[in-house]
Amino acid sequence: MTGVTADVAKEHGLSAEEWQAALEIMGRTPSITELGIFSVMWSEHCSYKSSRVWLKTLPTTGPRVICGPGENAGVVDIGGGLAAVFKMESHNHPSFIEPYQGAATGVGGIMRDVFTMGARPVANLNALRFGRPDHPRTRHLLAGVVAGIGGYGNCVGVPTVGGELNFHPAYDGNCLVNAMTVGLAKADRIFYSAAAGVGNPVVYVGSKTGRDGIHGATMASAEFSEGTEEKRPTVQVGDPFTEKLLIEACLELMATDAIVAIQDMGAAGLTSSSVEMAGKGDLGITLDLDRVPQREQGMTAYEIMLSESQERMLMILRPGAEDQARAIFTKWELDFAVIGRLTDTGRLVLTRDGRVEADMPIEPLSSRAPLYHRPWEPTPPPAPIDDGAFDLPDTPVRALARLLASADLCSRRWVWEQYDSHVGADTAQGPGGDAAVVRIHGTGRALAMTCDVTPRYCLADPVEGGRQAVAEAWRNLTAVGALPLAVTDNMNFGNPEKPRIMGQFAGCIQGMADACRALEFPVVSGNVSLYNETDGRAILPTPAIGGLGLLEDVTKAAVAAFTAPDLAILVLGDGRGHLGQSLYLRELHGREEGAPPPVDLAVERRNGDLVRALIADGLVAGCHDVSDGGLLVAVAEMAMAGRTGCRLDLPADAGVLFGEDQGRYVVATADPTAVAARAVAAGVPVARVGTTGGVSLTGPHLGAISVEDLTAAHEAFLPALMSGETA
Amino acid sequence: MHAAVVVFPGSNCDRDVALAVARATGRPPAMVWHGDTDLPRADLIVLPGGFSYGDYLRCGAMAAHSPVMRAVVERVKAGARVLGICNGFQILTEARLLPGALLRNASRKFVCRPVSLRVETTNGEFTRAYAPGETIRLPVAHGEGNYTADPETLARLEGEGRVVFRYVDGTNPNGSVNDIAGIMDATGRVMGLMPHPERASEAIHGSTDGARMFEGLVEALA
Repeated sequence: MTGVTADVAKEHGLSAEEWQAALEIMGRTPSITELGIFSVMWSEHCSYKSSRVWLKTLPTTGPRVICGPGENAGVVDIGGGLAAVFKMESHNHPSFIEPYQGAATGVGGIMRDVFTMGARPVANLNALRFGRPDHPRTRHLLAGVVAGIGGYGNCVGVPTVGGELNFHPAYDGNCLVNAMTVGLAKADRIFYSAAAGVGNPVVYVGSKTGRDGIHGATMASAEFSEGTEEKRPTVQVGDPFTEKLLIEACLELMATDAIVAIQDMGAAGLTSSSVEMAGKGDLGITLDLDRVPQREQGMTAYEIMLSESQERMLMILRPGAEDQARAIFTKWELDFAVIGRLTDTGRLVLTRDGRVEADMPIEPLSSRAPLYHRPWEPTPPPAPIDDGAFDLPDTPVRALARLLASADLCSRRWVWEQYDSHVGADTAQGPGGDAAVVRIHGTGRALAMTCDVTPRYCLADPVEGGRQAVAEAWRNLTAVGALPLAVTDNMNFGNPEKPRIMGQFAGCIQGMADACRALEFPVVSGNVSLYNETDGRAILPTPAIGGLGLLEDVTKAAVAAFTAPDLAILVLGDGRGHLGQSLYLRELHGREEGAPPPVDLAVERRNGDLVRALIADGLVAGCHDVSDGGLLVAVAEMAMAGRTGCRLDLPADAGVLFGEDQGRYVVATADPTAVAARAVAAGVPVARVGTTGGVSLTGPHLGAISVEDLTAAHEAFLPALMSGETA
Repeated sequence: MHAAVVVFPGSNCDRDVALAVARATGRPPAMVWHGDTDLPRADLIVLPGGFSYGDYLRCGAMAAHSPVMRAVVERVKAGARVLGICNGFQILTEARLLPGALLRNASRKFVCRPVSLRVETTNGEFTRAYAPGETIRLPVAHGEGNYTADPETLARLEGEGRVVFRYVDGTNPNGSVNDIAGIMDATGRVMGLMPHPERASEAIHGSTDGARMFEGLVEALA
């Protein structure tokens, strides 16, 4: 056994001050097991020590919020006695080291967060970011991550219905894998993690504990450097079949009144689950680690407490409910063990082979957890660009085809065809549209869901980028006709000890908070991933937003497609044609410059509320928000999705065609007069820009290109990249 | 028609197919646990999609030897109809109730997309609601749907009109031999297919071609 010294503490990631605090709390030198518990509980990953002061500024309440941040997932009331439970979580560091298992266990972890609260997972989404397409690692990472997400979700039988994918050199050394799960529960049957009842049994269920993933939370709280690949043993291995059994067994037990509290063993495994459950209940807990089901021989208390083996849950049961619970887990062939009891001592006491390996107060682990007001520098405003200086280098439709074939705008079909997007038979709209639409099982209503952020905007102007990420999620839900309800966030940033990075974080949070307030779109859950840096180079600031919305009638959901010929094509919202930070500027002029398009939240709300009402009233045959790539890209995406061409009356002006203004929608309608009248009444700018029909996208000032050719260009990029034909 | 759906621990299309069957029959089918050795009265037994026992080795290999499958084999001898969808098809081949095998997709990737299928035969109860030669749309979602069989078996399947569904219009998603998507046994009472009829049984699915399979079965076995 290693003697615990300041050096050993440092190796465990504790700063000198944190080590001093641990000594004071213990009043003696901690044992190695106790030190391990301090190190994971006070890691960035578990304690949010750099981000907590900022996260508190986000709006987290609203009339529909049943449970905001702080539990395993957020819960919102969706009416009809039902609640939606959802959260997004990162698995960035493990996925970079071992993409298949890293991504797979990320999906497994976020599903457990959701079913822990009593919800059946009904949909998964993911937000992925990789380095430049021709970087030597990109293909390997993308292939592994997609296979891992599919391999896990497909087996468990939860449809993967949407997501997003970007490429940028800033992610060359740190890919981002953010996974989101949405579940459904009865609103009055939500399960929480606060332990209660001195003497109640502490029960371990699921897979056995092995040595995998020890110190995962600490790894996820440090930068990468050379030798990162040697950390492979700290990546956990997933078993989706066991997860499926665990879901069914837990939901079966949750239908009884046996459970007092429950929490999954995620990051920091048995340590965080036992400490957090007892801590929330102001209780103590004793665990006999000999009773923990173990996969390997001779595991120490330290290893058992720090293992991040997957597919495990910790529960507090009602006294006497053990046999009833055991019968259910035995039926599903899962381990079930009573490993301890709740006490009134306020202490965590661990025994192994008859010896006390840890005996420490629980309350200070959270109350004295480090909390940093890290210094931060605001990001200087970007130098403005002259939009008039960027002429179209090509005929407009040729420029369009080039954009649609670029890495950030090409079809993601190669990715999402590897995901089962329809299991459950409730998917009304899967991947490829503005938002996925999943029917609420057994009803005619539906949930809409989306993941959004535009990291290049966040880099140029974190406040505006934070606003835009929330606004775009809100807009994507609106574009299918859904009422946006709430968001989950996944804050991916570099090293928070650098004031410049902390400034990005602070700026994005400020922008998000503005937008969440203005759009009545509260944050109910979230996750922070910092230290996404390699050799000192940080990722783009990436506050991924997972949005959830509600549709009262699934059959009225709008699709982002031209569904018929002879429909009028209208643009709702103002387009001034901002080229700053646009994909047009990047892909056709090779410049990543300027300010991102400003978001006017009042306009955003006014325009969106109109669009949602038009969809509900059956006036919309197709609807798509205008985002990456601008107006012409949005129109082309609708043409490709509906395999229907269009004639457009638009000028050959780069700003008009490819500017990325906010708060805009393209709407196809059979009744343009009625739509225009409603727009005028609502004070929303409206312009007719064309008519659907034919096999080509044409316009007197644009040239002509067949929808088939556009589709071929759009579909070619990823298959070619992944088969090694490019790169 | 009385129907039963077999539930393996890793089945994940059992609920979906039960609903599709219930829509056709007007009553929910019996759900039968994999460990059961006895089946309730059933004119139709469905082996649903999913990952029966995790299927980390060969899809359906363990399920084929489960207690409930011995009961299924007995019922086939007694005249019951058995429909295997996706993982259910894999289990039927592993149990030798259908010939051939389902290999890893030629792309070596899982594939989820709609496909076009030609109804090659309307003999038997499974496809009586379709017109011979009709093209229908159903989704697939599988990693191991690449059907193969030895040349003699293939010749017999083709010669005896036991290829029930074939991928057409270039939509073969897995490289299966002769574009085979579904086959039946020599009696016509056991059918397996990779596409999911239960996922094309309502308007929100974008196709209701799958619902007709269950409606036809109800008419025939009512």
